Amino acid sequence: MGIVAFIHRMGSPQYFYQVAGRLVPWFGGFCALFLLAGLVGGLVLAPTDYQQGESYRIIFIHVPSAWMSMFIYMVMATAGLLGLVWRVKLAEVIAISSAPIGASFTFIALVTGSLWGKPMWGAWWVWDARLTSELILLFLYLGVIALYGAIEDKRVAARAVAILALVGVVNIPIIHYSVEWWNTLHQPATITKFDKPSIHVSMLIPLLLMALGCKLYYATVVLMRARCEVLERERNSRWVETLPEVAKP
Amino acid sequence: MKDFFAMGGYAFYVWTSYAVAGVVLIANILIPIRLRLRLLADIARKMRRARREP
Repeated sequence: MGIVAFIHRMGSPQYFYQVAGRLVPWFGGFCALFLLAGLVGGLVLAPTDYQQGESYRIIFIHVPSAWMSMFIYMVMATAGLLGLVWRVKLAEVIAISSAPIGASFTFIALVTGSLWGKPMWGAWWVWDARLTSELILLFLYLGVIALYGAIEDKRVAARAVAILALVGVVNIPIIHYSVEWWNTLHQPATITKFDKPSIHVSMLIPLLLMALGCKLYYATVVLMRARCEVLERERNSRWVETLPEVAKP
Repeated sequence: MKDFFAMGGYAFYVWTSYAVAGVVLIANILIPIRLRLRLLADIARKMRRARREP
């Protein structure tokens, strides 16, 4: 089956519902494996940091969550754009299903950052550029969720949400470059695309395992949420009524 | 083993971080599972009612 044919068939809600249902256990299983390996590597095997002691181990959840908070936002905005311009229903569903997961990762990044900041900086919170722009990201996610819930017609709601998400994209480079543009308390990036990472391989591997695990986690949960959204939107269609799980629950 | 849980004196900060993340991530899995079951039950109930009152 060609990729174009596959994308075309994914346009059918029924086909998407079934394919997503089959993918969820696979993504979920690999997600659990990667997160477990990352946790063992990060909390048990990785050596103690010479400056921060054991407190640095928060990095293995903090940094992947912060990466996910921005990655999911970009997926949500891109899907929103596809829904807005080409009226792709599935893109609308993916965009709105991404918002609570993105909000969750943003929340985790903020809370774990705070728990790391207290012993290292001596403060739970500072109004620093990195922290403030990440907090704005949380408000953008919450705005998307609230706006979608406030509009009755889900297709109109999806369009409104897409516009909000697209306007909010301006915040993503601000978060990313905040540690370079402003003199902030937050430390600069540990891993960049162009330089060698400023972290030892025994810490880098668990960090990447956690990052991959979080990506798979997002894939799993976004499909679970998208299935619910499709079911809700299509509840009066023939294919939903003939689903085995509806016919004999 | 005791050293592992003590985290060099940073136990509160490290373990609270992982606990918060764990709770949030597990909740995100349970919410769509419950939502889907509720939706399926709701759809099935509406269908039964529609069959009874033609």
